[in-house]
Amino acid sequence: MSSYRLDKGGLIDRTTELSFSFDGKPFTGHAGDTLASALMANGMTLMGRSFKYHRPRGVITAGAAEPNALVELREGGRKEANTRATMIELYDGLTARSQNRWPSLNFDVGAVTSLASSIFVAGFYYKTFMWPKSFWEKIYEPLIRRAAGLGTASRLPDPDKYEKAYAHCDLLVIGSGPAGLMAALAAARSGQRVVLADEGARLGGSLLHEREEIDGKSGLDWAAGVLAELASLPTVTLMPRTTVMGWFDGNIFGAVERVNDHVAVPDPYEPRQRYWRIIAKRAVLAAGAEERPVAFGGNDVPGVMLASAMRSYANRYGVAAGRSVAVFANNDSAYRTARDLKAQGVHVEVIVDSRMDASADSAGVPVIRGQQVTDVSGRKGVTGIELSNGTHIDCEALAMSGGWSPIVNLACHRGQKPHWDKSLLAFLPPDNGPGFTVAGSAAGKMLLSECLADGAAKGAAGGKPVAVPNCRDEGFAIAPLWWVKESHGKAFIDYQNDATAKDLPLAAREGYRDVELAKRYTTTGMATDQGKLGNINAIAILAEATGRSMDEVGTTTFRPFYTPVSFGAFAGPFTGHHFQPVRKTPLHEWAEEQGAVFVETGLWMRSSWFPQDGEDWLASASREVLATRNGVGICDVSTLGKIDVQGKDAGAFLDKLYCNTFSTLAVGKARYGLMLREDGIVYDDGTTSRLADDHYVMTTTTANAAKVMAQMEFAHQALFPELDVTYVSVTEQWAQMAVAGPKSRATLQKIVDGLELNDQTAPYMAALEITVMGGVPARLFRLSFSGEHAYELAVPADYGNMVARAVCQAGEEFGIVPYGVEALSIMRIEKGHVAGGELNGTTTAGDLGLGKMVSAKKDFIGRMMAQREGLMDPNRQCVVGIRPVDPTDRIRSGAHLLKRDDTPSMANDQGYVTSVAWSPMLDMWIGLALLANGRARHGEVVQVWDGLRGARVMGEICDPMHFDKENKRLHA
Amino acid sequence: MLIPCPHCGTRPVEEFTFLGDASVTRPTTNDPSSMEQWYDYVYLRNNPRGRFDEYAHHSGGCRSWLVVTRNTETHEVYGAVTARDYTRAKGARA
Amino acid sequence: MCKTKTLGAVIPPYHSVQDLRMRYNVFSLIKNSFSGHKNWQPAWREPQPKSEYDIVIVGGGGHGLATAYYLAKEHGLTNVAVLEKGWLGSGNIGRNTTIIRSNYMLPGNNPFYEWSMKLWENLEQDFNFNAMVSQRGVLNLCHTDAQRDAFARRGNAMRIDGVDAELLDREQVREMYPFFDFENARFPIKGGLLQRRGGTVRHDAVAWGYARGADSRGVDIIQRCEVTGIHIENGKVVGVDTNKGFIRCKKLGLATAGNSSETAAMAGLKLPVESHVLQAFVSEGLKPYIDGVVTFGAGHFYVSQSDKGGLVFGGDIDGYNSYARRGNLPMVEHVVEAGVAMIPSIARVRVLRSWGGIMDMSMDGSPIIDKTPIQNLYLNTGWCYGGFKATPASGWCFAHTIARDEPHKLNAAYRLDRFRTGHMLDEKGQGATPNLH
Repeated sequence: MSSYRLDKGGLIDRTTELSFSFDGKPFTGHAGDTLASALMANGMTLMGRSFKYHRPRGVITAGAAEPNALVELREGGRKEANTRATMIELYDGLTARSQNRWPSLNFDVGAVTSLASSIFVAGFYYKTFMWPKSFWEKIYEPLIRRAAGLGTASRLPDPDKYEKAYAHCDLLVIGSGPAGLMAALAAARSGQRVVLADEGARLGGSLLHEREEIDGKSGLDWAAGVLAELASLPTVTLMPRTTVMGWFDGNIFGAVERVNDHVAVPDPYEPRQRYWRIIAKRAVLAAGAEERPVAFGGNDVPGVMLASAMRSYANRYGVAAGRSVAVFANNDSAYRTARDLKAQGVHVEVIVDSRMDASADSAGVPVIRGQQVTDVSGRKGVTGIELSNGTHIDCEALAMSGGWSPIVNLACHRGQKPHWDKSLLAFLPPDNGPGFTVAGSAAGKMLLSECLADGAAKGAAGGKPVAVPNCRDEGFAIAPLWWVKESHGKAFIDYQNDATAKDLPLAAREGYRDVELAKRYTTTGMATDQGKLGNINAIAILAEATGRSMDEVGTTTFRPFYTPVSFGAFAGPFTGHHFQPVRKTPLHEWAEEQGAVFVETGLWMRSSWFPQDGEDWLASASREVLATRNGVGICDVSTLGKIDVQGKDAGAFLDKLYCNTFSTLAVGKARYGLMLREDGIVYDDGTTSRLADDHYVMTTTTANAAKVMAQMEFAHQALFPELDVTYVSVTEQWAQMAVAGPKSRATLQKIVDGLELNDQTAPYMAALEITVMGGVPARLFRLSFSGEHAYELAVPADYGNMVARAVCQAGEEFGIVPYGVEALSIMRIEKGHVAGGELNGTTTAGDLGLGKMVSAKKDFIGRMMAQREGLMDPNRQCVVGIRPVDPTDRIRSGAHLLKRDDTPSMANDQGYVTSVAWSPMLDMWIGLALLANGRARHGEVVQVWDGLRGARVMGEICDPMHFDKENKRLHA
Repeated sequence: MLIPCPHCGTRPVEEFTFLGDASVTRPTTNDPSSMEQWYDYVYLRNNPRGRFDEYAHHSGGCRSWLVVTRNTETHEVYGAVTARDYTRAKGARA
Repeated sequence: MCKTKTLGAVIPPYHSVQDLRMRYNVFSLIKNSFSGHKNWQPAWREPQPKSEYDIVIVGGGGHGLATAYYLAKEHGLTNVAVLEKGWLGSGNIGRNTTIIRSNYMLPGNNPFYEWSMKLWENLEQDFNFNAMVSQRGVLNLCHTDAQRDAFARRGNAMRIDGVDAELLDREQVREMYPFFDFENARFPIKGGLLQRRGGTVRHDAVAWGYARGADSRGVDIIQRCEVTGIHIENGKVVGVDTNKGFIRCKKLGLATAGNSSETAAMAGLKLPVESHVLQAFVSEGLKPYIDGVVTFGAGHFYVSQSDKGGLVFGGDIDGYNSYARRGNLPMVEHVVEAGVAMIPSIARVRVLRSWGGIMDMSMDGSPIIDKTPIQNLYLNTGWCYGGFKATPASGWCFAHTIARDEPHKLNAAYRLDRFRTGHMLDEKGQGATPNLH
C-alpha cells in the first residue's frame, strides 16, 4: 500500500469521480484513468498472481504488454477473463476481480507451490507423473488443470454485438506517436487517403506520457495541433482504440476497434467491438519500442516496474508507484525517469546505473555507477533493494530499464525475421519493401528527432516532403545487461509463466538449445504477452549459455495476433441463428399454411412433415404416404438444383457431363442422368429435359446443386472451351412441386390450360411447356420419385404459393395431402431409388445398379478412371434391399451387415445399411444397404449388427425395389 | 490475399475456390492404352514451393474459372488469366 | 561496460556416443533439485553425421523420429540417422492441435489408427517421457439425421472391431456441455459420436520422447541438416546430398510431411499430393472450461483445452496450395464464427495466437506408407491433417516397411499405387480433390 495519487498533473479529469470495485471492495478514480492507475492511486499495488508459483504481482507496464495485472472484468455473460488492467479505461460502475488465486488475492493457498519450486523447474512435468499409469487422467492431470489456467470464462451467452467492416486506404499508419503523426501528416497533406490507427484510448502515443518539447511546445500540445489538422482533412480517418493485430497477404491488415469497451454497457444497436480488414496500398508501422525488464532477484515484487511505466503513471495518470523510488537501468532512460518523478514531487532515492561511464543529468538524485540490483526485499510490495556490493537501500518502488525492443511484430507476421543490432541492443525489423515500412523507434530510431524525421520520410515515401519540427532529444546510450547472476531470489524472464533466467541454461544443458525448443521446454514467451517483455532477455541468456550470437539464436516466430482478439470480434454478427443464411423455397409460405415442420437441409429449410392432431413425425409421414399412394399428394421439390442449358452444343456438353447420352433425347422428353467425377465415382443424378433443340433444363440433387454448377463451369471453361453453350442456375427462379398419386392427373387437369392430360399428350417422361390457371407459364414433367403416376410442375417462383394453393384446392375432392421430405424418403426407399445415403462419394454406377447407363460410345467425365480394377471388382459393395426376417424387428441406418453366423469383426464386415424407412405399404421397416457382391446375394439372411445401439436382428437381402416391382402404378 | 480477376478486378481470396495444379491436361483419347495418361491427369500434381499456376474459380463473383499464377511460399500473386484462355494457349503450345 | 559474473562456461552441445541417459522419475527430479539441476544429462546428442548409415530417415518430425525409434527398438537397427533441416520436431509435430482418436470406418484405416491408439496408451512408460497422453474423449457433434446415420455407420465400424464408440443423443451432449448452443442455434445439435479413448497429447513431448529414446539406442539425430539431393544409381538409392556433405545409405526413408512433393521430386517422383496450409489457434489460458475434444458438425471448428488452460482450436485448410506456415483472415473468421455458433459464451474469450502447418493433402484423404518404384527408397506421406494421432503407428509401420522391405498388414492399404488400381481409401467420399478432404 505504497502507491498514491499525486496532488497534481496527469491527463485525468480530477473533477469527475468514477466508482468501481475490485474484488468486491469499492474504490474511486477519475476519467482518464486505467483500472491499473486507479488501483495504484488507491494504494493497491498487488493486482494478480502468477501462473505457476502464484507469486504476488503488480503492474510491470502501463500498456499492452502487461503480463501480471490481469483481471476478470465485468459480470455474467459480459465477464472477460485475463483483461489487462493497464488497458482497461475506467468507467463508472466497473467491476473487476483478481484471478488465479484462492481464497483471496492477498492470501493464496496456491503459493505453496513456490515451496517446491526447486523441483518445479522448466520441464519438470515431462520427467514425472508417469507412475502409476492410471493416475495421470485421474489424479495428476485434474490437479494440474485446476492449478493452471488464468481467469475463468463465462458460460453465459455474450449479450453484446460485434461488427465487421472493411477499409481501403493509400496509407495505413499504425501508431500515433511522433513518427506515426509525422507519417500521417506527410501523406495526408499530399491528399492521400490515410487511416491512422492506435491501440490507445487517446491518440498521441508516447507524447501522452513523456515530457517532450517539439517546435517550442510541449509534446502534448504539438500532438494536439497535428491531430487537429489531420481531423480537419476529409481524406484522413483517425481510429483510436484500434489495435492493428495482424499483417496478412495482399497488404491486408486485421484490426479491432474497441468501440464500447470503455462503457459499462454499449448503447442499443451499438457494437461492443468492430473487426476491421484494412486493405492498404502502403502501411507505415510506427508502433514504438517496448522497454525491457532486467532479470534480477525479485524483479516481480509488486512495486518493481519498467521505468517508462513509472513515468507514464506519474506524467499521464498523476500516480506515484511509491513514496520513495529507486531507479535501476543499463541506459540513459534512468535519468529522465528520475527527473520526471522528481518534477512530479516523487522522492527518488537513488539511480543505480549498471554502467561505469554514464553521464546524464540526474537532477540531483544520487547515482551509483557500476552496480546492479541483485535482489528486491519485500513480498507483496517493495521495501528495499540489495546491490551487488552488498548495499541495502530502502525504497517503496523500483523503476527498471534493460533497454528498448522495437515493436517489430507486425513486420514479421508474414514470415520475415528481424536482425540484431549490436549498438542498439535491439532486433530491427526486416525490409518488407515499399508496401510496408517501419518508422520511428519501431525501426530503431531511438531519438525523438530521428523519429519525427523518419516518420515524415516514410509517410511521404518520395512524395512531397513535410517540414520536420525541431525538438529536444533525450540521450540514448546503453550497455548490455540481461541477467544479474549474483541474485539470490528468482529472476523472472517470462513473468506470467514464471519462467526464470536459470531455466534457459537448464534447457540448453538438456539439449533444448534451439530457441524454439527452449521456448517450448521452458514456456518462455508463451504467456498472454507472447514474449513482448521477456523474449529478448531470454534470447540473450540462451546465446550466452550456448556460445552463440544473438542472430545465431534468433527470435521465435512472431505470429498474429499482436494482442489477443476476442472470438466475438472475429465472429461479428454471424452467430446464433445468423451463423449461416437461411434459404426458404418459393413454396415456404404455402408449406407454413399447411402446418409444415421444417428441417435444415444445407442452408435450406425444407418441409419435413405436415402433422395433424398431434401426430409425431412417423405417424404424419405414414399418413402422407398412404394418402399419396391411394389418392394424391403434393410435395415441395423446389430445392432441387435447376440449371438452364442453352446453345448449339448443349447436347454435346451434357454428353460430356453425364455418363449417359442426352444429345439423342427427343424434344419434349425428360431422361434420368447420372454424372460421374473424373475419378469414375458417381457425383450426382437427376432428370434433364429437352425443351427445344438447343435448350435443356437439368435438375441436380439439393445437396450438390452448387457443386454441379461449378463442375459444369470448369468442364466448359477449362476442358471444352470450344463448345457453344451457356448455362445458368435457375434454382431460385422456379417453384417446383411434385404432384403424385393415382389422382394426380385428375388434380392437375383442373388447373392446366387447354390441354387434355393423357398418355399421348403427357406420356411418362414427358417435359412440356404449358400454362396453368389461365396463363401462368409452367413446365410440366411427368416424372416420378415416388413410383406413383406423378408429375412435377414448375412455375416462376412468384407464382409458386398461388399455384400450390390451387393444386390443393383442385385435389380437395381426391383428399390431397401435402407431404414432406420424410414421406418422400419413405416412398423412394420403397421403390429402391438411390439418394444421398447411397450416393456417398465412393460408389460407382455399377455399385448403384446403374451400370447399364454408362455409355461406351462417347467420351465423358469419369469414363476412363471408372474402368480401374478396383472399381470393377465384383466383390465391391453394391446396393441391395434389406428387410427384417421378423417383420416386427426394426433395422436402423448405420447398422453393419455380417454373414448369418459370423462373429463381429472388421474382417467379417460385409457392408452397412444406408437408408431405412417404416413402410406403411409393407407394414414393416425396410432399407437399402451396400453389401459386398450384393446383387448375387438376394434371399440371403444376414445379421444386421448395430452394436453401437446394442441391437442385432436378422435381415433378408432383397431387390432394392421393395414395392410395386412391376412399376404398374407408375404407368397407371 | 487478393486475386486480380480479369473480369472483376482485384478481389479478396474468400471469393475464390481453388482446384490446384493447372498444368494438368485432360487426355483426348479413351483408348485403353491411355490409362497411364489418365491416371497422371486425375491423380498426379505439380506441387512446387514457389511459382505455381493454379485453377481458381471466382465462385463468389463472376464465376469464371481462372488460372492464377502465385508463389506458394510467399503468397505473392503474379497475375491471373481465364482458364479458357489458358487452355487455348496450352492447346496452341501442344 | 557492466561486469556480470558468469556462472560456468558455455554449455557445449553433447556429442558423446555413449549412453548416459538417466531415467526420468520423481526421484531423479528430487535428486537433481539438490544440485540445482546442473547435472541433468542432455536428452539427446548433437552428433556430426557419419559418412554412411544403414538407414537414413529424412525428416526429424514426429513420424521420422518415431520411425527411427521403432527401427532401433523393434528391429534392432541402430546404424540409423535422422536428418532434420530445422530443429528437432519443427515440422507438424510442433504445430498441430494435439488430438488423438481412432474413429475411422474403412477397413484399410481403422486397424492402423487403433494400433496407434494402443501405442499411445503405453507410450510414456515405453519411452520414459511424460507426453501427457490424456484420454479425455473426442465428441463429434451431429446436426442432421443424415449426419447421425453417418456416425452410426462409423461408430458401428469402430465397435465391430472392438474400438470404443458411443452414439449420444441431444440430452447426453447437453449433460456434458450445457453451455453449448442448444436454444438459438442455426443448426441445432442433435447428438454426437463419442470416443472416450480419444483425447490429447502434449505434442512437442512426443517428438522429444521419441528423439531421446532413439538417441539412447544409438540413432544419430542431426539437426540443421538439409537434404538437397538424392543419389540414385541403377535404380537404387545410394545416398543423399546435404548441407553437411554427402551421406551414403543403404536405405532411405522420406518422412517430410508438408514438403513431401519437393523431397520426392529429388528422386524424380511426382506424388498424388498437394501441400496446403492449415491454421490452428490457441486462446488465452483459462480455468477448466472444455473437458474433452469437441468437433462442430455444422461448420469448421474443433476445440480442446490444454493442460495449461488455452483453448486449442482449428477448422479447415485455407484451401490453396501453400508452403507458408501461416494463413489468412477469411479462414480465421470462418473458424471463429463456427466456434461462437457452437459456444455462444466463448465470444468474450480472446484468441492469443494463430499459426499454420503444411499438410500433404492426398487424393483420397488417406496416407501413403510404402515402398517406391525406386529400390531402397521408402515413402511416408499424405497425412492430410490427421498425421499427429498417427505418429506412433506411422513410425511403427514405416520402420517395419523399411526393415523388412515390405509393408506390415496394418499399412498394406496405404499403397502408393492405389490410385492407379482404384483402391482408394476415401473416408469422406470427396474424390481426387485434395482440398476437400
